[in-house]
This record gives sequence, structure tokens and C-alpha cells, in this order.
Amino acid sequence: MSISLTDSAATHVKNYLEKRGKGLGVRLGVKTTGCSGMAYTIEFADQLEAEDQVFEDKGVKVIINPKSMVYLDGTELDFTREGLNEGFKFTNPNEKDRCGCGESFSV
Amino acid sequence: MALLQISEPGQSTAPHEHKLAVGMDLGTTNSLVATVRSGVADTLADEDGVHLLPSVVRYSANGDVTVGSNALSHATTDPLNTLASVKRLMGRSERDLTALEGYLPYKFTRHESNVPRIDTAGGAVTAVEVSAEILKHLRQRAELSLGGELVGVVITVPAYFDDAQRQATKDAATLAGLNVFRLLNEPTAAAVAYGLDQKAEGVTAIYDLGGGTFDISILKLTRGVFEVLSTGGDTALGGDDFDREIAVWLLKHAKVEIDAQAGQDHQLMRRVMKEARRVKEVLSTQQEAHISVRLNKADDFEITLSRNQFETLIEPHINKTIAWCRKALRESGVEPTDVENVVMVGGSTRTPYVREKVAEFFGKEPLTNIDPDKVVAVGAAQQADKLAGNNPDEEMLLLDVLPLSLGIETMGELVEKIIDRNTVIPVTRAQKFTTFKDGQTAMRVHVLQGEREKVSDCRSLATFDLTGIPPMVAGAAHIVVTFQVDADGLLSVSAEEESSGVNASVEVKPSYGLTDIEIETMLNDSFRHAKDDMQMRQLAEQQVEADRVLESLKSALAKDGELLSEDELAKIEQCKSILLAARQGDDSDAIKQAIQDLESDSEEFIARRMNRSVQQVMKGHRVEEFE
Repeated sequence: MSISLTDSAATHVKNYLEKRGKGLGVRLGVKTTGCSGMAYTIEFADQLEAEDQVFEDKGVKVIINPKSMVYLDGTELDFTREGLNEGFKFTNPNEKDRCGCGESFSV
Repeated sequence: MALLQISEPGQSTAPHEHKLAVGMDLGTTNSLVATVRSGVADTLADEDGVHLLPSVVRYSANGDVTVGSNALSHATTDPLNTLASVKRLMGRSERDLTALEGYLPYKFTRHESNVPRIDTAGGAVTAVEVSAEILKHLRQRAELSLGGELVGVVITVPAYFDDAQRQATKDAATLAGLNVFRLLNEPTAAAVAYGLDQKAEGVTAIYDLGGGTFDISILKLTRGVFEVLSTGGDTALGGDDFDREIAVWLLKHAKVEIDAQAGQDHQLMRRVMKEARRVKEVLSTQQEAHISVRLNKADDFEITLSRNQFETLIEPHINKTIAWCRKALRESGVEPTDVENVVMVGGSTRTPYVREKVAEFFGKEPLTNIDPDKVVAVGAAQQADKLAGNNPDEEMLLLDVLPLSLGIETMGELVEKIIDRNTVIPVTRAQKFTTFKDGQTAMRVHVLQGEREKVSDCRSLATFDLTGIPPMVAGAAHIVVTFQVDADGLLSVSAEEESSGVNASVEVKPSYGLTDIEIETMLNDSFRHAKDDMQMRQLAEQQVEADRVLESLKSALAKDGELLSEDELAKIEQCKSILLAARQGDDSDAIKQAIQDLESDSEEFIARRMNRSVQQVMKGHRVEEFE
């Protein structure tokens, strides 16, 4: 099982964590919501739960709840620019379909 | 797919529910837009990576409107259609134009409305419309950067902006299709950017030195609310003066006569000013700067300017800002040592000597780690993020206060303050008034803003009439006047007569405003004239009292005059004429004395009138019935 970050994603996460002044790393997750059934979440992580799985890549801790892990295994987190817009992007091999807006997906 | 931002723990939003909110710094020279992404507030750049948007709009004959650096590049070739610094025109009236016409190089057209219009190739435009173009541009940049529509914005305004100027800014936002969460004072936004609103309390000084303007604001934080204790500044003092000092020094050493030669040679002057600016920036990090500028076709002039020399050149300008700081502190009754934090705003605070002198004056290192050009927009973005409800755990802050007191005109051309300056807004205050004459059926409500005691010394905001008051004796009607100021500092006033329920109201939306200098003058005047104003108020109050006494004596004599003997009547008439004479003079003590004399001489008369009315009431009844 693995989760990875691109260089750009790692740099930005580290940068945001530093400016925020606290936090162990980022927590990635999957929510059952949205037009295609599921949506990605990305949050700062301040504490670890007992069942959490922790991955470390390029100096960044990625924390994932086992329920989400099922859908996220093999995912690469990227930070990209599209025109003026910028933000994090999930590249997830489990993903089968997406809603038109790209905010939610199904597996 | 949609690009995601990192949320706070447990606060991920559902798809399509991200609330996009931004802060906008609508500046005189440059404007900025900022937002909070992944917990960090930062300004947004355009396609070329440039954050600052020059506050310049160009109107072409074919109807094209260009904003920002594309417009700025035409400033010299097409000056009449390329509008800059319109912030100085926001909320101004036609009447203010005479003073401005020489200052802003535009053609103004007369119009039947009170709002000045600038004549351009693309038609006549108001300052509000020009500002709306700038805001629209920032909105597009924000929506492209955030990938969605904005739910709301926080726009910053100078602390000294009055009602009209704030309203004009709000109107511009509406024209740009923006939902304004709130207008926020610029110094308050800077303090928010440094997280100073998270503290319990304390005094903060905001030192704002831009290219052409200087502002100092002393803020006091109490329970999450920033109160503006005092503001001061100079609308013609800034980093441009530093450039000019270097240019003059350079020309002097190159032995170029400024008036005779260079003054006429615009090309040369532009080259020299450009070099001066570069040298100033170099000296922010280096101890000396090498200057090379082409003075004429033949050769380049070369010289080195050290940081020490530069500091000597700009010292007089910095000393001026320090003098303003001292004045602002004195006005707010705060000692330099009481100031807990000093926040630096504006590009010119990058000059190390400015920081040094400010640190020396306040006795502490100023806060400089946020980019001084961006700090106001960053604070506005943080406030916008909170107001959008993106951080449900955080307490909502009410951050603003009223810049000048609001009141109404009462008898004697006096101003009765209803809401004092520096009251936290939004606020609603009501005060009871009554009628002055018997049978008075209408009352004119004249709404004023300012610190002085006399109507003519304050600014008139609106007038409306409350009619249909049932006829009653003077003083019997209860008229409640309610002032309501919303979160943006905008006012509505209503008046209601309690017994009959008749009411009238007005939304104060003035179409002209005061200049910052006028506001400052108004504030200073109120301090300087405090004593005169007090005496004037006492005199006016005594005059009103005299009128009231004379009025009631007149109606009493008409009704019960036969209760008096001729002697008694003569005595009262004599007192009355003394009072009438004193009423014409300007000695409030004399009027007071005359009123007292008249009252003591008519005591017997009043007693008899009382007896008579009691007897009339009791006629046919026994005393016990009244116990």
C-alpha cells in the first residue's frame, strides 16, 4: 500500500504547515458525497487516531483513515496550476468515473 | 478535476460548497486582491505573475475600457482619457471640484446631479464607475484564480473615510457585481494581517508610507474591537520624495542646472527619476549604489551614492512623518511606550532608515515580516474568509467604529450628538425629543456629522420632516429619534411621535463627501475650539431657555393676566424687558440671571395660577376625594 507526493505537492504542504505554525502533516480522505458519489478531502492533521495509517514521502507525513485507504491506495498527490488557478490534485488509479465538474468521483 | 486547498481539521466542505471570499485593497495608486488558501492568506497575481494592479483606467473612443498597467502605459500619451488616483474623488461633490480641478488633470463636465463627471473619449464617467472597473478587474482575476464565483468581498477604505466616501466605495462594488460583506478600515486590516485582533487588548500604531501619501493611525483593541484613537498624515509625502531627493542630488553633482536645462528636458528627467528609483531600491539592501545615467548624447555621468548620504537626503521627510506620529499620539493621549505594536504598511517602509527612525521613536522594532504592499489586502482576505463562514470555530469579529459623531439639530442651532465618534458599529441609538411650542404639529429633523457644537460647523447629511404630530402643549409630545448605523458605517434615521405613532425616516445616502484633510481639520477644530464651543453652547442654551420662558409667560399672561395687580404686572413686564435685552446680547450669565429674576418675580403669579386651576378642578368636589 502506498501514497506518494510530487515534489511540488511536498513543497507546498511543507510551506503551508510552516506558515500555519502547527500540524503533523496532511490528512487525505474520501467523503461519500457529491454528484458522482465520493469526493476527496485534504485537511491539516493535528492529531493521530489509533487506526490511522501514516505514510511519509519527501519529508511530509500523509495520514489516512483505513476506511479511506481502500479508495486511495496508489494515489499520487500533486500541486498544479491551471491558468491562474492553483491547488492540489489527486491522481488515483482506483478512480473509474468523475462528475463533469471534477469535484467528485466514483470507484 | 477541481484543484483542492487544504482545510482545517474536520472542516472540509462538500463539493460545490466552497465559499470563495476575497479581500480587496482599492488603493489610490495600486489595488490588490487576496484570499485565504490552505490556511494562508496571500495576494493573487495576474497571468504575468504581477500582484499589484495600477489603479488606472483608460476609456477609448471605441468604447474599450482598459485597466491596470495596459492603461498606465498611456498615461503620458493620452492623459485626458487615462484616469488615475480617482480614489481622491470618491464621495466628492461638484462643489469640491474647484479645489480639485487644478490638482487632477481631467476635464470635468457639469451635470445636474451632484456627482462630478470626468469627460473622456468613451463618455462622461464618475469616480464610482472608474473604481467599479478596477474592482471588476480584481473580481475576474479572483474568479479565475479560485475557479468559481465569489460569495463576498471585504473592501478596505482609509480610516478617515466618511459616510459619503464609504457609500461611494460600496456603490462601486455593487456596480462591479460584488457582494460586500463589509468595508474595513485599512489600518485595521493591517493589524488583522499580523493577527493582532487575536490578542485581548493593546494599542497599535499603523505607519503607512506609500509612494505619495503618508498615514499614521493609532488603534486601540478592546475585546476584539479596534477603535481608531486618532489618525493623521500628509497626502503629499511619500517614497516619491525620496526619488526626487536622489534626482536633485544627482543633477547637482552632474552640474546640470535643474531649472534652466533639465526642467525642460522631460526625456532626461524621466531617465534621471527612473535611475533614482532604482538607486533607492538598491540602497535598501546595499551600503552603496553605483549610478550611471546618460545626461546628453556624448557621455554617461557616473557617481556612487552611499547609504549614509541617502539617509541625510531623506531625513527631513522622515522627520516630518515622525512629527505626525507624535501629533497622533498626543491627540489619542497615548505615550510612545504604551504602543505595543507598530505595523509597517506601504512600499516606502522598505527603506531601512525609515524602519530605524520609527523604531527609535516608538522604542520598539516595527513589524515588517509581511510584505508592506500586501499587508492591507491580506488582512482583508482573512476577514473575508471569516465572514464567509469558512472557519465555523472562530469567533466572528466586529471590527469597525464610527469615524465621526452623528447627531441632530436642536433649538439654537446646536447639535445634539446621538452616536459618539468611535462607537462600535453596527449600532442603534435612540433619543427622545419634544416640541418647543404649544400646538407644534411638525418637526424638522436635520441629521449632522461632526464633532463641533454648532450646526454650521458640522456637516449636514440629510433633512426630513416629521409631520402630523397631534397638537399638544410645548414639551408634551415624545418624539423618539433613532439612528441606525450598519456594519459598513452607513446611516438610516427615523423619528416617531410615541402617542400618535406618526413616523418618518430617511436613508442617509449623501452624494458628496469630505476630503481627508477636511475631516482632519474638523477633528482638530473640535479640539481647538472646545472652549469657545462650550461657551457658545451655553449661550445658545440660555437663549433657548429665555425664549421658552418668554413664550410661556406670554401665554400665561394672556390666559390669567387679570390675577395680577397693575404694580405686579409692571414689575413682571420690567423683568421681561430686561430678559429680552439680555437675550439679544451674548452674555450667557446675564441671560441666566435675567431668567432667574423673572422667575422669582413671577413666583406669586405662578402660585395664584396654580390655585385657580386647582380650585377649578375641585369645584363641586370635596378635598377627601383627591386624597
